[in-house]
Amino acid sequence: MDTKLRRKHIVDLGMDIVRNRASYLLVLPAMIYTFIFGYMTYPYMLVAFQRFNYKKGIFNGEWVGFHNFEFFFRSNKAFTITFNTIFLNVLFIVFGTLTALAISLVLNELRKKLFLKLSQSVMLFPHFISWIVISYVLYAFFSMDMGIINQILNKLGLPSVNWYTEPTVWPVILTLMHVWKGAGMSAVIYLATITGIDDTLYEAAQIDGANRWQMCLRITIPLMMPTVIILTLLSIGKIMYGDFGMIYALVGDNGTLYQTTDIIDTYVFRSLRQVGDPSEAMAVGLFQSAVGFVLVFGTNLLTRKYFRDGALY
Amino acid sequence: MRRGTLSQTIMYAGITIYSLICLLPMLLVLMISITDEDSILRNGYSLFPEDFSLLAYKLIFTGGSQALHSYMITIVVTLVGTVLAVTITAMAGYTLSNKSVRYRNLLALYFFITMIFTAGIVPWYLMNRALGLTNNILALIIPSLLFSPFNLFLVRNFMSGIPDSLRESATIDGANDLTIAFRIFLPLSMPVLATIALFYGLDYWNNWWNAIMLIDNRDLYPLQFMLLQLKSEISMINEMTMIAGADDYTLPSESVKMATAIVTIGPIVFLYPYLQKYFVKGLVIGSVKG
Repeated sequence: MDTKLRRKHIVDLGMDIVRNRASYLLVLPAMIYTFIFGYMTYPYMLVAFQRFNYKKGIFNGEWVGFHNFEFFFRSNKAFTITFNTIFLNVLFIVFGTLTALAISLVLNELRKKLFLKLSQSVMLFPHFISWIVISYVLYAFFSMDMGIINQILNKLGLPSVNWYTEPTVWPVILTLMHVWKGAGMSAVIYLATITGIDDTLYEAAQIDGANRWQMCLRITIPLMMPTVIILTLLSIGKIMYGDFGMIYALVGDNGTLYQTTDIIDTYVFRSLRQVGDPSEAMAVGLFQSAVGFVLVFGTNLLTRKYFRDGALY
Repeated sequence: MRRGTLSQTIMYAGITIYSLICLLPMLLVLMISITDEDSILRNGYSLFPEDFSLLAYKLIFTGGSQALHSYMITIVVTLVGTVLAVTITAMAGYTLSNKSVRYRNLLALYFFITMIFTAGIVPWYLMNRALGLTNNILALIIPSLLFSPFNLFLVRNFMSGIPDSLRESATIDGANDLTIAFRIFLPLSMPVLATIALFYGLDYWNNWWNAIMLIDNRDLYPLQFMLLQLKSEISMINEMTMIAGADDYTLPSESVKMATAIVTIGPIVFLYPYLQKYFVKGLVIGSVKG
């Protein structure tokens, strides 16, 4: 862009601001907020390359190059937390999507209005509850002395299990809780997609003698696929980001479970708030963002290739 | 037709079972909260308690208890935060949908960029420290929660659907931009404003991220964070028991914990019909528009 054109743009912008000064005034609070908590936070990412000291701040910090990254990748933690983050997310995506799909397809076959309304209300409920409240629900089931699960085990003549010291079962428990909280909401969204399918397709199929099962298999499922694939690709793009709120509320600082439950986000949190090393925390965070960035663009590229309407940008 | 009825029955049964799976765990927590402590210690948690007791709720709602204090903090933060957040978002949404603003798409890009590129929690934390947003009530209101570009785009999309001729005729009648925004566009946008009010309100109510990151002072613990601490801190329950002058009872720690969890979701249950209606509507719009 040559300088003349740029000047014209700036003049235009100035005139637009003067003419619509009230409108620009209305957007100002949101702009200031976004500037401070969005744009102004970017320079702080540089602390990943420093030995950060709260007193000195970011501008007088001591530069250490890639030392913080080296420290992280040399530790045995790097592999564990990356693996856990991806592994748990894969479990969540697979089981969450399948459960939600199954529920929405079944709901679509049911006709009693009141039943549909009530069951959907109940299914949505866990979505609105915080993970902290859910951690109490979990405890009611898995507590060593008083939990429902151990009571059942005892009734069957089996010994109690101390679930909170058994890391191997936690991927299962976490997946169950994730599905429990979110599947109802996803099912309702999928159901909205199904309701949007053109009725004439079903009428035509009916005339051709198709039964409900065939209609579900040949019309509903294929037409839902775009939505399912888009939502799944979106989740794959975010696969490097764990749900801190969930993991921290359910597992907390229970170190015995870290080998299967510790994810990048909880690790970063501990480095920052408990170890008190913002530089290492930022280095791990940058690693997460970099891989996450590649994944978002990768999945978007795939979407655009196979499925033009689904691409995000 | 026989087979059809059978499969229908199976499907109704399946959905009923799934609904029970969603509901019963919450019911269990409720029942534990009204079970007598001795009965819990004797029999473990149960959906069908032997002895009932409302002592836990009495302790929570006794003046001066940490639970009651945190409840107040959360209510204030949620109310103030939601009102401010909706105001900021609604005003910005008006500008972004105002077709006489030539650079509105540039403005939209300005907000969109921060939605896609986030610096992460460390810069977020350091920025809040630098601004002095630690250990005060503003730290629970301002960071993260006060404005969300996602909600801004919801409002913009809704307002873009309002016919522009309304603006034109109002301008001819001599109304200025502020009048048009506050007297015409915002009242017409009530459905979407109700939706984002619920989004913001729920975020504030369920938030504990700000507390765990920025608050060390117990007097400022919001409800959710207090509930998290309650899991490990028996001393808080001890304190409640002492304040209520109930020290001749068994320390009702199990039922108090569960009762606090129930109290925490109280307003959500209360507002549930509205919540469900607007939330699902907003989510469906959001997921379709990206």
